[in-house]
Amino acid sequence: MSENSTVTDRREFTRETTDRRSHARDVFVSFVDVHKAYGRKKVLQGASLDVYRGEVLVILGGSGTGKSVTLRHMLGLEAPDAGRVIVEGQDITDYEEEDLYEVRKKFGMLFQSGALFDSMSVADNIAYPLKEHTSLSEEERRALVKEKLELVNLPDSENLMPVDLSGGMRKRVGLARAVVLNPTVILYDEPTTGLDPITAHKINELILGLQSKLNVTSVVVTHDIQSAFTVGDRIAFLNEGVFEWVGTMQEARASENQMLRDFLKASAVVSAQPV
Amino acid sequence: MLTRSREASREALVYLGGISSLTAQTVRQTFRRPFPVHLLMVQFDQIGVRSLSIVAITALFIGMVLALQTAYSLADFGGKLFIGKVVSLSLVRELAPVLMSLMVGGRVGAGITAEIGTMKVTEQIDALRALATNPVRKLVVPKVLATTLMLPLLTVIACALGIAGGLIIAVANLNLSANFYMRSVITTLHYNDIASGVGKTFFFGFVIALIACYNGLQTSGGADGVGRATTATVVTASISILILDFFLTKLFLLIT
Repeated sequence: MSENSTVTDRREFTRETTDRRSHARDVFVSFVDVHKAYGRKKVLQGASLDVYRGEVLVILGGSGTGKSVTLRHMLGLEAPDAGRVIVEGQDITDYEEEDLYEVRKKFGMLFQSGALFDSMSVADNIAYPLKEHTSLSEEERRALVKEKLELVNLPDSENLMPVDLSGGMRKRVGLARAVVLNPTVILYDEPTTGLDPITAHKINELILGLQSKLNVTSVVVTHDIQSAFTVGDRIAFLNEGVFEWVGTMQEARASENQMLRDFLKASAVVSAQPV
Repeated sequence: MLTRSREASREALVYLGGISSLTAQTVRQTFRRPFPVHLLMVQFDQIGVRSLSIVAITALFIGMVLALQTAYSLADFGGKLFIGKVVSLSLVRELAPVLMSLMVGGRVGAGITAEIGTMKVTEQIDALRALATNPVRKLVVPKVLATTLMLPLLTVIACALGIAGGLIIAVANLNLSANFYMRSVITTLHYNDIASGVGKTFFFGFVIALIACYNGLQTSGGADGVGRATTATVVTASISILILDFFLTKLFLLIT
């Protein structure tokens, strides 16, 4: 009973903080009381969130709290057990797989591992969405691939195979593929996880660079506090299946929310530890 | 005990439901245009051409062993004279279709599951979906079509090579003339034997590829998961072929 009331309180709080801001700004993606469970494991338990057009929203939270699951719901890769997911005013919750294609073309997604197609070269990986969804000629596709590779600071790597790439390079190629159709929203799933600090910093710069060059909306899932504060405009803190706190970076630093404070404090301590 | 059997029944039903749903999606996607001809050609090569050596060796030696065993076991009844009949009939009606399906099921089925399963655990399947493309259309349709069409062709080749294997033993070991052996084969085999034998392999190919693709798409848990899914494909495909063979044989006996 008390657990239920705590979850309800948190939902009310999230709704309140979300509502306060949504008057003035254009909402691109909206989660309304989303629930998702895998077997007996409840991952999302009433998550509500608005993503505004043009912002960089960072979804922060510990491992296994449902951050990546949230991203997958935005793309329609997963359907919620209850609640609604709304993209640009369209309720996509009950869409069939083929109805989701048009919605997905608005998104570019950088997967945690890059998710490059092993059997294709770097150039073919990036050109894949162009081949599938445009009628561009081979030459035009090649020019676009070259342009996107330069955008992610990997010029002249068209002929490499995914197996030849380092972790950071795979993520950058994945990013080039994600932006090749000029999406409106870019979703980043743990973009700096598993990378050394210098490469992680380069990826952060790349996210900021893309944000200013492509003028997109970005949602970044991470538990890397440094990355979150470098690239984000707002933070949504996910804890026990609900967005426990949503606000700007400045508000996050001054927040009274104990869970968020503990998370930020623990992350700061961990990142300050000598390796 | 009861709980365990209930759980096993539930899993079996979920599996059957999943396979049925994938079958429906595969059929639907097969008729969507534009048809992925290039991907189909690649699979013809992977599944058909690259299985030729394993099929050739297996068929040749089965034909040879069959000739030897027939001559030995029917020696008291003048079995040598029936070698052409026994080798050709048993090969065309039963041994070539089932054994080739088991061999190809092992080789091709395991390969398909390992490939799709690895793509699943490395998020490549999700990437396909995120890029607004259909994994069933891109991966499952070409593999299912190629296996369904290539397995009968491989079986025809296996029948020919198996009969040739029997010929080698008949001539070299049993002192029969090649002419006698071949005449015996030709007079024994009828169209319905070939239709029954080769006809079954269309169904075997379809089932092998569907099971392999389904297990691949359901893979979870990294390299260990891929290993488990691959083993499950070989076991499930082999058992399915043997069970299906019984019912198809009955069916073909009724209609031919």
